[in-house]
Amino acid sequence: MSKQYKLVTCTINGEEKTCMVDVRASLTDMLRGEYGLTSVKTGCEVGECGACAVIIDGECVNSCIYLAIWAEGKHITTIEGLNRPDGSLSDLQQAFVDETAIQCGFCTAGFLMEAECFLEKGKIYTDDELRRLLAGHLCRCTGYDNILRAVRKVMYQRNGLPQPEEAETLIAKHAPEWRK
Amino acid sequence: MFDTGMIYEAKSVPEAVQMRLAHPDAVILAGGTDVLIQIRSGKLAGRELISIHGIDALRGVRQEEDGTIVIGSLTTFAHISSSPIIQEHLRVLGEAVSLVGGPQIRAAGTIGGNTCNGVTSADSASTLLAHDAVCELTGPQGARQVPIEQFYLGPGRTDVRPGEIQTAIRIPAASWKGCQGHYIKYGMRGAMEIATIGCSVNVKLTEDRMHLDGVRIAFGVAGPVPMRAHRTEEVMRGAALTAETVRRIGSGVLEEVHPRDSWRAPKDMRLHLCRQMAEDAFVEAVKRSGGEIRE
Repeated sequence: MSKQYKLVTCTINGEEKTCMVDVRASLTDMLRGEYGLTSVKTGCEVGECGACAVIIDGECVNSCIYLAIWAEGKHITTIEGLNRPDGSLSDLQQAFVDETAIQCGFCTAGFLMEAECFLEKGKIYTDDELRRLLAGHLCRCTGYDNILRAVRKVMYQRNGLPQPEEAETLIAKHAPEWRK
Repeated sequence: MFDTGMIYEAKSVPEAVQMRLAHPDAVILAGGTDVLIQIRSGKLAGRELISIHGIDALRGVRQEEDGTIVIGSLTTFAHISSSPIIQEHLRVLGEAVSLVGGPQIRAAGTIGGNTCNGVTSADSASTLLAHDAVCELTGPQGARQVPIEQFYLGPGRTDVRPGEIQTAIRIPAASWKGCQGHYIKYGMRGAMEIATIGCSVNVKLTEDRMHLDGVRIAFGVAGPVPMRAHRTEEVMRGAALTAETVRRIGSGVLEEVHPRDSWRAPKDMRLHLCRQMAEDAFVEAVKRSGGEIRE
């Protein structure tokens, strides 16, 4: 085929940017290749693993199955846009560190974008709902529990609510003597 | 980088129709959650694409004066689930599409793509079939309407003719007014899964809520295309809400479905699921309608 290129202007992490892209490029290709946003991981590239997830106009989508040319006029947020202005970690990022929700880190950016996206709505979700909301991301290291715990912690923090007692504390408090 | 030929971007329906006529072999690209994956896998590699992603006029759910619910073909699953019109009148469809893939897929995948790719496992299909939905197809001669049951021609084949694109899915008022439905998806896991069997049932009860005014039962993966159990529906019209009726629905659908063996599940398991899920979805639909199943 004859080569096709197109100018794409979009807002990335709050800054308006323009670049010339090959029309066959995915949004992952553009964000990594043109803008050096390497937090957007090239994982499965078929929309299964969620490592490439970014927020487009308030919705979390897999950038690997999204054409770069579709980004025209859109507002895109990647993990680089979550950092505080002084470069320090956001509350959600810090919670991932504190709860050991990271091992190799490949899936982390995707999880953070997804969680950021639904926590924004200011709702309180049950654990089952949180699991469903995070279901589009694969993590082969942590077994998901620590990730869930980190997201839940920030959900309560941001809504100004006390943390619910963890199951372990409850067991310790109410379990019969022989279990302690 | 995707291995594609030329990509044509339509900004309006007439433009898309022109492109369809000029490039008859090009693949229509909507949300990308199926087509782009098939390009990656090689199945559609090298093909030209007509992207209709930018036709914003095809997004959104609205209601016409006569009550018809019109869903623009590019409306994503996430937007269908969150639409107040759907939540109020067609709750079962919102629930069905909230079972597609995972959150990011539902934020990108469209109902038009879900129906036009012609697969029997589409989570929206059985509920649309169970509500006698109508596909609106727009081509060089203007728009025509096709009942969704006739829209499916065979596995992967739908009645989208040269020069046409699907522009809306319409659910007439008579199809949803007074009806309550339930959709069950059976999969090996709770998310990112393709249905082993999908079953959508909706009922309309008589005024005293003791009998069935009508029941519609639709399946995905119970045949090469999404299908209805018309004979059972016919037989059950007017039946009392009893456990016997539930059993007759279960055994009735077994006469009509014809699932196959596949690596996902053997035929026998699918038959068992068809029966059980039809019964369960029926019971739930009756419950939602304020009815009660008696012995």
